[in-house]
Amino acid sequence: MSSVTATNPFVDRVGQIRWADLAPFIALAVIIFIGTMINSNFMSSANLVNVITRSAFIAIIAVGATFVIVSGGLDLSVGSMMAFVTGIMIMAMNGLAPAYGNWAILMGAGVALVVGGLCGLFNGLIITVGRIEPFIVTLGTMGIFRAFITFMTDGGSLPIDRGLREAYRPVYFGNFLGIPYPVLITLVVVLVAAFLLYRTKYGRRLTAIGSNTDVARFSGVHVGKVRTMAYVIQGLCVAIAAICYVPRLGAATPTTGQLWELQVITAVVIGGTLLRGGKGRVWGTVAGALILEVIANVMVLSDMISEYLVAAVQGAIIIIAMLAHRFTRSR
Amino acid sequence: MNAYKNAARMLACAAALMVPLGAVHAQDRDITIAVSIPAATHGWTGGVVYHAEQAKAEVEAAFPNVEVVLSTASSASAQVSALEDLSATRDLDALVILPFTSEELTGPVEQVKANGTFITVVDRGLADPEIQDLYVAGDNIAVGANTARWLSEQLGGEGDIVVLRGIPTVIDDERIQGFTEVIEQTNINIMDIQYANWNQDQAFTLMQDYLAKYPHIDAVWANDDDMLLGVIEAVDQAGREDIRFALGGNGMRQVVEMVMEGNERTPISTPYPPSMIKSAIYMTAAQFSAQAPMRGSFLLDAPLITPQNADQFYYPDSPF
Repeated sequence: MSSVTATNPFVDRVGQIRWADLAPFIALAVIIFIGTMINSNFMSSANLVNVITRSAFIAIIAVGATFVIVSGGLDLSVGSMMAFVTGIMIMAMNGLAPAYGNWAILMGAGVALVVGGLCGLFNGLIITVGRIEPFIVTLGTMGIFRAFITFMTDGGSLPIDRGLREAYRPVYFGNFLGIPYPVLITLVVVLVAAFLLYRTKYGRRLTAIGSNTDVARFSGVHVGKVRTMAYVIQGLCVAIAAICYVPRLGAATPTTGQLWELQVITAVVIGGTLLRGGKGRVWGTVAGALILEVIANVMVLSDMISEYLVAAVQGAIIIIAMLAHRFTRSR
Repeated sequence: MNAYKNAARMLACAAALMVPLGAVHAQDRDITIAVSIPAATHGWTGGVVYHAEQAKAEVEAAFPNVEVVLSTASSASAQVSALEDLSATRDLDALVILPFTSEELTGPVEQVKANGTFITVVDRGLADPEIQDLYVAGDNIAVGANTARWLSEQLGGEGDIVVLRGIPTVIDDERIQGFTEVIEQTNINIMDIQYANWNQDQAFTLMQDYLAKYPHIDAVWANDDDMLLGVIEAVDQAGREDIRFALGGNGMRQVVEMVMEGNERTPISTPYPPSMIKSAIYMTAAQFSAQAPMRGSFLLDAPLITPQNADQFYYPDSPF
């Protein structure tokens, strides 16, 4: 529990730097260094902006996943849920566009947040009230959401109204003082999440449940309620990611968000959050999401690896990063 | 007492279910054509499902004695199970199948054939071509080769290009093979080739990386129109003017629209139409109802879709 009350997450009370908590940032720095060595275009501002902006989706969803995983849970449905929310949002916007013009974008975003929150609530209630393993519940909803988006698109694609497209585009491609909007949105999400997890009673309860459910219950924590809230937070994060995602390609397809759940979980774990719960690292999660995206980018920029082996090298780098993490921790 | 009630209820239900089914069979539809296709998991297979449903309605309206049974499967093993279920529950006169994979489906289709069923294979051939009575397919090598020939003409036989591959499968290999064989005879340099899994998002990401890596690109070939849409978005956002041509393939609705409008960067596409399932169902129905002989192979050409002929390849209601 000391990590929860420490004022600076990277420095403990004695003032000693926690190397283990810095591990994901060190790993990120190493990969960026390698990228710079491999191709001089890597450090070009256009490339960096691309990579950071692109990692926003996984980062935002992974921040929500940090809450779920801290509580000792797991959500496999995030990728499908994201596609489903995207589909509903586009349908709402297209439906509202004739009557409300560009206001339809704002209203559609509101619809997305409501739908995302409800999807999370649905997962959470089945897990806590129905007392079923989160792995099984979210595996089920993963299939349900994926089938819904396939049904809504007839297996093809569901594009946003052309009139709205132009007005909505800047949410992904635009910037404020040179910082792209998706990056700003990620920052806000992370700041709110870090506050919620480290500085509020809710965050402490969530962490307590994750480290020992029975102890938390005996100390009077309403376990079901706190856990369900974690899934609602996850749903809201998925909706925020969807809001940033739609302006990029302007369509939802049955392959939208496919396998994102695995990237999200990987990002959370690389970031230093324990998969069994009880310890969360929100900033580490963001570093994890960036690491995944930078590795993929470096793979394309390098000429050394056969296109057939790219996935193998990515997998190896992730395992090496985790091993390095383990050794710094055990010291 | 309860047991009797339940038994009676079940009998009543069974009877209620059997009467209409039996009636349909006995009355008019005495020829059953089963159609086994992949589920709508991405654009192209979405098109297959759409055109198969259209063909079912049209064929059943045209031939009152033919019943078409559609079955979609989400994986090769699910398709094998579906075949077993279809042949166990019905007497199949014909089977139209778009196999998930060649090797895994060969044995099961052979077993269906053993019951005397007419076999139509679509798109992906089985490992043993002896099994099929009719083979309907597009020409993936021509999709790559025709695009490459057109591109090489436009570029004057030289330039620097990048290529996006799909999912590692025979289809992808054949397209890339057709394309590279033609390009190798020119002075065009393929600077990079990577997988983007026929996925718009991944194509967008990969194209952004290509743009960062290469300051000058003359043309990009995406091997599929779904990916092309992601590529175009990345190029537009980067504001790059050096890319003279961005080409795909498959004849997706949105891209055919671009060709019709005379888009300068995407003036052509190459058809690999999901509607080939329709050709197969029609031909199979004709074999039985019109006694028009249909045994053999039917290979669709992959002519270029140009502004002049684009309307022939345009299906405004298709999801693909």
